[in-house]
Amino acid sequence: MAKYLLLKHYRGGPAAVHDVPMDQWTPAEISAHMQYMRDFAARLEATGEFVDGQALAPEGTFVRYDGPGRPPVTDGPFAETKDLIAGWMVIDVDSYDRAVELAGELSAAPGAGGKPIHEWLELRPFLSEPPTITE
Amino acid sequence: MDETLLRNLTPSVLGILVRRGIDFAAAEDAVQDALVEAVRVWPVDPPRDPLGWLTTVAWRRFLDAARADAARRRREDLVDEEPAPGPAPTVDDTLALYFLCAHPSLTASSAVALTLRAVGGLTTRQIAHAYLVPEATMAQRISRAKRTVSGLRFDRPGDVATVLRVLYLVFNEGYSGDMDLAAEAIRLTRQLAAAIDHPEVAGLLALMLLHHARRAARTAPDGTLVPLAEQDRSRWDTRLIAEGVEILQAALARDQLGEFQAQAAIAALHADAPTAAETDWVQIVEWYDELVRLTDNPVVRLNRAVAVGEADGPRAGLRALAALDDTLPRYTAVAAYLHERDGDLATAARRYAEAARQAPNLAERDHLTRQAARLNALGRR
Repeated sequence: MAKYLLLKHYRGGPAAVHDVPMDQWTPAEISAHMQYMRDFAARLEATGEFVDGQALAPEGTFVRYDGPGRPPVTDGPFAETKDLIAGWMVIDVDSYDRAVELAGELSAAPGAGGKPIHEWLELRPFLSEPPTITE
Repeated sequence: MDETLLRNLTPSVLGILVRRGIDFAAAEDAVQDALVEAVRVWPVDPPRDPLGWLTTVAWRRFLDAARADAARRRREDLVDEEPAPGPAPTVDDTLALYFLCAHPSLTASSAVALTLRAVGGLTTRQIAHAYLVPEATMAQRISRAKRTVSGLRFDRPGDVATVLRVLYLVFNEGYSGDMDLAAEAIRLTRQLAAAIDHPEVAGLLALMLLHHARRAARTAPDGTLVPLAEQDRSRWDTRLIAEGVEILQAALARDQLGEFQAQAAIAALHADAPTAAETDWVQIVEWYDELVRLTDNPVVRLNRAVAVGEADGPRAGLRALAALDDTLPRYTAVAAYLHERDGDLATAARRYAEAARQAPNLAERDHLTRQAARLNALGRR
């Protein structure tokens, strides 16, 4: 088994094929999209491949250490930041091919006009524990 | 096997042990052991006096543990003989436990966890599930909280307001995970109301019951939020509403108004309206004025602006809103709503979309995105 992170970006990746902001969809289209996402997660739970899924607020803060006895420095949010993560799903699957297959399914979630969005999802393998048997 | 009975008895047993002078953490361990024993023994040999049984077993467990501890540390003089039976449990024992678990030296999240564990009798696993954190994390949070309160004496009554804040927090986060924290908060507040005669305890209980009554109508089958005005009022729980109103009226009659009574009064006015259009917004604004006087909370002022918008028209609401800080949570959502009521659909759609980007949770984000989408779709027609 191998764990993968499926990253959804607000921006930063290539534009989706069917790229319409959600507030321009109809309420029914939004419902269909949400249902698709819920069904997808439920199906992965049923197959024993779902680990975690979370959504993030679009804006965050950058923080860094500023020396002993001083409060941390904060900066942002930066309107010009290129890459913006919207959320993720962690899956635990048998192979890279299966991870790609699932990412493809998730990218087919319906959007405006009920058509698949074809949005780009980033697939990142987790760095795992070293194997016990090495020779 | 009556699990509810066991959980109802937990705080009394724990309270008795702590009042006998046992360190809180040790008392809690002993009570947990006694509960496990009860689950094993009671189905075949039910006790005549469940509380006495639990207290005796917990006390013995504590003595065993203390003796083992003493032997380990070669300190045989720690606890030697069983003392005379303690006093019968009083409501003070339960009450003292509430105060201890909500002690001001605890952070809010620690107080919540400790209250659910020690007063509520929930397992660490259940609490961890409810707050969506790993069990080990919750176990640490609880044991740190126990250490914090362990040295405290609680012969003086605490401030009931601290306990109410903790119970309010439990109720308000009550719908995540598979543990029903809202129902648990109501159970604990009922128990508190039975132990102490205080109008704000009654006010909080009424507030919880009135909100809980609307629960089934709050979400659509697909999980989306249904705003108050659009809820199917026939799905409100009239029994809970009647109980909440009765408790509230008795509390208000004592003429010691507090913020929870005022909030409950607003909830009661909503519950009282057969349709959204028949809501008594004028009276609701008056209650918000009371709340502003009592708390001077900016979020209360924001909610007041919504009520003003209903009572005196959206322009009046927008004027009330203009006086507030626009970085307040949900400010933009309120602005969007008032603009929509005022007929400015383009501005409303823009502000709904903006509010969706700022939303603190997914359900609200989806709801606000849908509102923007609905108005944008109208605009395209």
